Amino acid sequence: MTCLPGKVDKALGLVIDLDTCVGCQACVTACKGWNDQGYGVPLSDQNAYGAKPSGTFLNRVHSYEVQAENAAPQVVNFPRSCLHCADAPCVTVCPTGASYKRSEDGIVLVNEDACIGCGLCAWACPYGAREMDADAGVMKKCTLCVDRIYNTHLPEEDREPACVRTCPTGARHFGDLSDPTSKVSQLVEARGGYALMPELGTKPVNRYLPPRKKGAVAAPVLEPLEAKGLAGWLDRILGKI
Amino acid sequence: MNPAPSVIIFTTLSGAGFGFLAYLALGILTVAGWPAFFLWALGYGLAVVGLLASAFHLGNPQRALLAFTQWRSSWLSREAWAAVATLILLAPMALSDWLGLGLPRWIGGIGAVLCVATLLCTSMIYTQLKSVPRWHDPMTPVTFLAFAAAGGAILAAPKLVAIALCLLLAAVLAYGWKRGDTAFARAGQTIGSATGLDRLGETKVFEPAHTAGNYLMREMIYVVGRRHVAKLRVIALGLVTALPVILLALPFPALAAPAFVLHLAGAACARWLFFAQAEHVVGLYYGARG
Amino acid sequence: MNVPRLETSPAVSDEIRQTTCYMCACRCGINVHMKEGRVSYIEGNRDHPINKGVLCAKGASGIMQVTAPSRLKAPLKRVGPRGSGAFEEITWDEALDLAVQWMKPLRETAPEKLAFFTGRDQSQSLTGWWAQAYGTPNYAAHGGFCSVNMAAGGIYTIGGAFWEFGQPDWERTNLFVMFGVAEDHDSNPIKIGIGKLKERGARVISVNPVRTGYSAVADDWYGITPGTDGLLILSLIHCLMEAGKIDLNYLAQWTNAPMLVNSQRGAEKGMLVKNAERQPFVIDRRTGQPAPWDGQGVEPDLGATWEGHRTVFQHMAEEYLDPKYAPEAVSARVGIAAERIRSLAAELAQAAFDHAFTLSRPWKDFRGNQHEAMQGRPVSFHAMRGISAHSNGFQTARALHLLQIILGSVEAPGGYRLKPPYPKPVEAHPTPHFASAPGKPLSGPHLGYVRGPDDLALLPDGSPARIDKAFTWENPLSAHGLMHMLIPNAHAGDPYRIDTLFLYMANMSWNSSMNTTRVMEMLTEQGADGEYIIPRIIYSDAYASEMVAYADLILPDTTYLERHDCISLLDRPISEPDAAGDAIRWPVIAPDRGVRCFQSVLLDLGARLGLPGMVNEDGSAKFHDYEDYIINHQRRPGVGPLIGFRGNGEEEGRGAPNPAQMQRYIENGAFYQAHIPEEASFYKPWNAGYQDWAVRIGLYETPQPYLFSIWSEPMRRFQLAAEGQGDRQPPDHLRARLKEAMHPLPIWYPPYGDADADYGYTVHALTQRPMDMYHSWGSQNAWLRQIKGHNALYLPTAIWQAQGFEKGDFARVSSRNGVIEVPVAHMAALNPNTVWTWNAIGKRRGSWALDKDAPESNLGFLLNHLISELLPGETRLSNSDPVTGQAAWFDCRVRIERVPAADRPEGRPAQPQFAVLPDPPHAEGGRGLDKKGARA
Ligand SMILES: Nc1nc2c(c(=O)[nH]1)N[C@H]1C(S)=C(S)[C@@H](COP(=O)(O)OP(=O)(O)OC[C@H]3O[C@@H](n4cnc5c(=O)[nH]c(N)nc54)[C@H](O)[C@@H]3O)O[C@H]1N2
Ligand SMILES: Nc1nc2c(c(=O)[nH]1)N[C@H]1C(S)=C(S)[C@@H](COP(=O)(O)OP(=O)(O)OC[C@H]3O[C@@H](n4cnc5c(=O)[nH]c(N)nc54)[C@H](O)[C@@H]3O)O[C@H]1N2
Ligand code: SF4
Ligand code: SF4
Ligand code: SF4
Ligand code: SF4
Ligand code: SF4
Ligand SMILES: [Mo]
Repeated sequence: MTCLPGKVDKALGLVIDLDTCVGCQACVTACKGWNDQGYGVPLSDQNAYGAKPSGTFLNRVHSYEVQAENAAPQVVNFPRSCLHCADAPCVTVCPTGASYKRSEDGIVLVNEDACIGCGLCAWACPYGAREMDADAGVMKKCTLCVDRIYNTHLPEEDREPACVRTCPTGARHFGDLSDPTSKVSQLVEARGGYALMPELGTKPVNRYLPPRKKGAVAAPVLEPLEAKGLAGWLDRILGKI
Repeated sequence: MNPAPSVIIFTTLSGAGFGFLAYLALGILTVAGWPAFFLWALGYGLAVVGLLASAFHLGNPQRALLAFTQWRSSWLSREAWAAVATLILLAPMALSDWLGLGLPRWIGGIGAVLCVATLLCTSMIYTQLKSVPRWHDPMTPVTFLAFAAAGGAILAAPKLVAIALCLLLAAVLAYGWKRGDTAFARAGQTIGSATGLDRLGETKVFEPAHTAGNYLMREMIYVVGRRHVAKLRVIALGLVTALPVILLALPFPALAAPAFVLHLAGAACARWLFFAQAEHVVGLYYGARG
Repeated sequence: MNVPRLETSPAVSDEIRQTTCYMCACRCGINVHMKEGRVSYIEGNRDHPINKGVLCAKGASGIMQVTAPSRLKAPLKRVGPRGSGAFEEITWDEALDLAVQWMKPLRETAPEKLAFFTGRDQSQSLTGWWAQAYGTPNYAAHGGFCSVNMAAGGIYTIGGAFWEFGQPDWERTNLFVMFGVAEDHDSNPIKIGIGKLKERGARVISVNPVRTGYSAVADDWYGITPGTDGLLILSLIHCLMEAGKIDLNYLAQWTNAPMLVNSQRGAEKGMLVKNAERQPFVIDRRTGQPAPWDGQGVEPDLGATWEGHRTVFQHMAEEYLDPKYAPEAVSARVGIAAERIRSLAAELAQAAFDHAFTLSRPWKDFRGNQHEAMQGRPVSFHAMRGISAHSNGFQTARALHLLQIILGSVEAPGGYRLKPPYPKPVEAHPTPHFASAPGKPLSGPHLGYVRGPDDLALLPDGSPARIDKAFTWENPLSAHGLMHMLIPNAHAGDPYRIDTLFLYMANMSWNSSMNTTRVMEMLTEQGADGEYIIPRIIYSDAYASEMVAYADLILPDTTYLERHDCISLLDRPISEPDAAGDAIRWPVIAPDRGVRCFQSVLLDLGARLGLPGMVNEDGSAKFHDYEDYIINHQRRPGVGPLIGFRGNGEEEGRGAPNPAQMQRYIENGAFYQAHIPEEASFYKPWNAGYQDWAVRIGLYETPQPYLFSIWSEPMRRFQLAAEGQGDRQPPDHLRARLKEAMHPLPIWYPPYGDADADYGYTVHALTQRPMDMYHSWGSQNAWLRQIKGHNALYLPTAIWQAQGFEKGDFARVSSRNGVIEVPVAHMAALNPNTVWTWNAIGKRRGSWALDKDAPESNLGFLLNHLISELLPGETRLSNSDPVTGQAAWFDCRVRIERVPAADRPEGRPAQPQFAVLPDPPHAEGGRGLDKKGARA
């Protein structure tokens, strides 16, 4: 349904900890692997072994360099996938109703059977969260692993997105961001989690936890033992036993 | 944005087509009999070929009819309705002109309003996108309408009107470009806000997320050289305004046809720039700006 | 339109088969989902001790590895000139007949003429055993060019190493400091660990010239000048000692710090003073008299002087309190401000002493002393090739262990913990065996830990016994051999010529060789007689790698989902600090090509050659395949490749072979763990409970308690020889460097590569492993190659700006060894005198079944062309650590020159380029099969 649901029962989404993400790309291929065989058509690759390979991925991990004032430059790894926006422009632009936001959990999905592949939703998304599959001509995007999180064929603990399950550092968290008591909401609260480009009015659900402040901590300065020469040092130090 | 030929053809031809149809519908160019048939056919032809061209960039054109379903929220859907409604509503007027049925002009008047509505819907497809600041601007619908008005006028309006509208179009284009050139900066999104890392410090791309190409890079991140832009703008202005104006100013009515063709070429050129110069904020993630 | 009906609970797969990943050597457990007999999805096994459910980018792309068009399909025999890549397919019988035809006469006349070297092999206990049975002294795996400094530096000091053989106490450590780690073999465990620390808010510090990956998330970063870590560490030790922030009790109890160093001139000078039983001893503080080092209740006196001999501790004090180690003195050299060094020392002291805690776990030490609690020291370290791949890496690794020791944190709660079979002292390791005789097996394992000059692998005339010159004066403690010298030495006939090179799983004509361009020539050069200088090359690979083209006979291997494997305690197991563990692989899919598991082929070959242990008395094959061997082979009675489910199925560690063992492993998720009792899980080298447990499960035959070697006697023995003592004497040209490098206390000397600065090559050039690629294998993977299909050389701001580099530029990078021309990019978070790139992204044209214009070949490049395998000079000394022979990859010094776009013809690829390799028959290249198995 192209109109957005007035309100959602839950706002499921991801919270990504930029202080912990080492940029290993595990979430990228785990996502590709799961979604290549799950929801909708496979995520195709073109010219896979050729000179100009290209393919559909629902999650990409960037790497930026940040120069803070009076600090050493630093590298921040930055995973990017659908933020399951509350005011998702990708949904309202869709002429066919293929793009929709679920009222029960806020997940934004594409009904591939109705998608004409016009690409307009990808244009509307400021975050680059949608990629048109070149083989199938339908729009692909993060499904928040809707075919995992409720999947009774999976053990309870596995009912979370593939990218979250695989993330070796635990930098990805999944939960209900509309519930202030949820683990993810509390993380956002505690760590100053933020939304991307909020000025665009998309009201993203996903949040990013900023890197913590880097640098030395104040530890008590080491004072040399007061002693003369090696013998004096030995006396002082062994006197301590 | 990727200046895909299908989208350029679509917006250029259907823009000119609906513009021209509006003039016909309003009876600004009064025609009858076979000339009417051919002129209406030209208008319909431009509009329909344009609309069909738009289907070429669909991944699944066989489902195109579904695009009519979401008129409540989607400008693309509304455009589909508007276009079809216009073409249907204008049919009696066209028949009337051709066959001399003498239907009242107000029917054409409604059709002309629908033409404008269609043009507005088309332009709103682009204007609504906050993700593309250059497009997200009142000048986008203004420009689309100005194109339709001038293009149609070359064929259908009195010479002076046509010349005036061509000159107006040039002004609109120039002003639009001027605004457009600063739109991205005015929108205020930077690599820092896109990533939220501006809260730490100055941010730049270190490593690409992937070395292979993808849809986003092909579709949204298209870079045109500055020098090319300047050249193309001159060419576009020359074709959409200068040359048609000169041709129209000459005392040969038959020159309206070549003037229109040149104008269309110029419109395509301007439209190419419209797409090619439009920067999508997603480019920020890839370091395409800032 | 209505919301579509959505199936949110689809069946995931028909079946899950659990095995062990092998997209890298990390050994993670995987769940392989099967749909209609095909692999449909791979995820981590949550119950697996290594990865606990997570996978890395490679592991999760395994499905693309087992469908890659680069997979070899049948045995191949070379038909064109070597290196051309022209092959014909032959049958397995033909292939093995040919191999036997080549190998059998050699074994009967000169077994050393067969050299068998393996790459990142996880079956070294089998391959080594095979080579031993064959009787060649020439066997090693890849450790010599990988991280032997890390392994040996650790073994000779604490009886265990970093690498994957230990890990921080992730649950308790408050400060974790990493030196030169990008990935390590423990990729997922380190990531999981860092994640845990972050969750707890514990601090992570990285010392690394490059701030990516782990360094990017570290709370603080020290962008050190390459090759100077030893100096930094010794400066930290200086600060800590100067301030008295050291764990004296730990030093006195668990290290040789209280032992006495002989001060008398002569053959014993600098050795530890021994008593009549040839045992070193300590001075008991209670009596002032000598007392046994392992005596119950003895209180060793760190400050004792006895008959003029001073303790190791006093020698330490003398060495490290020296102002040459003061932060102010080392700062310029290490590229870190003095106050930063001091503040790091302060942080270490704070973590170790101010935040110390006790864990109430009563335990008994090997001396019989009972302890009520364990002293916790919540500071831990990890280091890898950033330290070890320099020519001073062995001593630097020792220095780092010394730092951990003085903080009292090794094997302490909160500190660094070893994983079984470690801790294990040098004394519990074999010495190298090398004496070969026609038709006879070697008397023992090839590789080992040299105790002194007497253990060197020298022939009676003093010449090296091994082709790689391991265990010689040039690199005496080369515990893993020197694989990087194999081809150059064989080509030079130095120390002698060989006939057949037998290689397994190592891309020696490309990314795993130094001086790659030249190595390719060495492999193809012919003598005056028209015969190749290296006459025969047999190689086993699973894929169409660059090396395939240089073999005369290819034995194509299965992929990791198609075979049995054994990740054994005899090798590089999956142990954790709290448990010994091992694992298997089993064919979760059957090979669809004419390939065979290499280990099975090796056993078959052994049987055809009649090698002892591989044939029955009647000459028939003893093992019909690798699975059979894994289950039934016994190294010692009751001890085999796997510890789990032995005997009746319930026996652990020791027990008769159990025919159902493999099945039991499969049912158990493809691994087994033997848990260490709680009271035994810290202080393992001295913990009587641990020692008894280790004997029980078969790690040793008797308890092996030992003290940490701050003062290294094996090292000192070599130094003594260099000083002229003893009858085994080094050649004169090596005396000076032996004296320097074999210092019995950890010291620092500049890496040999620094000499290149005098020739104008002033910039350090490094590589790092990308987390999403494994050496050369990753690029054949359709998903991974989209992430990293080419690399750039990252230049620091200083160089970038000085030469006016711009985006898209190339640079000519030259070293004393060669020149490359490569794309560059800017990086600010980088040591100002260092450039780096990702390792092994560059591919030779046509290899790996990729298009000849693949970005990997057009833009991708190797740094290896710049790195010489030899040090400059006439003596053919390898470009390695003088102690261990560890390849000094990171000593590389270069000069960078911008290549203006105007000087580059449009579209010129990265340089150098080599002839396009053809696809091996049937490999079908990128022009081959798509991932669903259909023709593209
Ligand atoms: N410049 C530079 N060079 C380096 C390093 C560096 O840091 N910088 N690092 C060095 C180090 S530490 C190492 S370990 C080496 C690694 O170098 P190599 O050990 O050569 O590593 P790979 O490129 O992984 O090559 C292994 C070969 O094994 C093959 N293979 C993969 N799977 C299988 C299988 O299942 N069976 C068989 N039979 N073969 C298989 C692959 O196809 C490949 O040809 O590189 C070294 N080279
Ligand atoms: N994903 C992935 N994992 C792998 C591999 C792979 O190819 N891919 N290869 C495996 C193999 S064979 C090995 S040996 C291990 C190696 O694991 P690592 O040792 O982690 O491997 P490298 O990438 O060589 O990392 C060397 C690090 O040391 C830094 N460095 C270089 N010189 C210095 C120095 O002088 N001082 C300090 N402090 N740092 C320095 C480099 O910047 C780099 O970060 O990884 C294994 N794991
Ligand atoms: S991130 Fe993009 S695709 Fe996802 S909901 Fe928001 S606008 Fe739509
Ligand atoms: S591409 Fe598909 S989902 Fe996106 S707007 Fe068009 S029809 Fe809707
Ligand atoms: S939630 Fe699922 S679909 Fe979305 S990025 Fe993660 S793995 Fe991909
Ligand atoms: S898996 Fe986790 S650590 Fe790795 S890139 Fe993704 S979010 Fe970052
Ligand atoms: S670290 Fe990755 S590639 Fe290596 S074994 Fe584990 S999952 Fe496989
Ligand atoms: Mo390695």
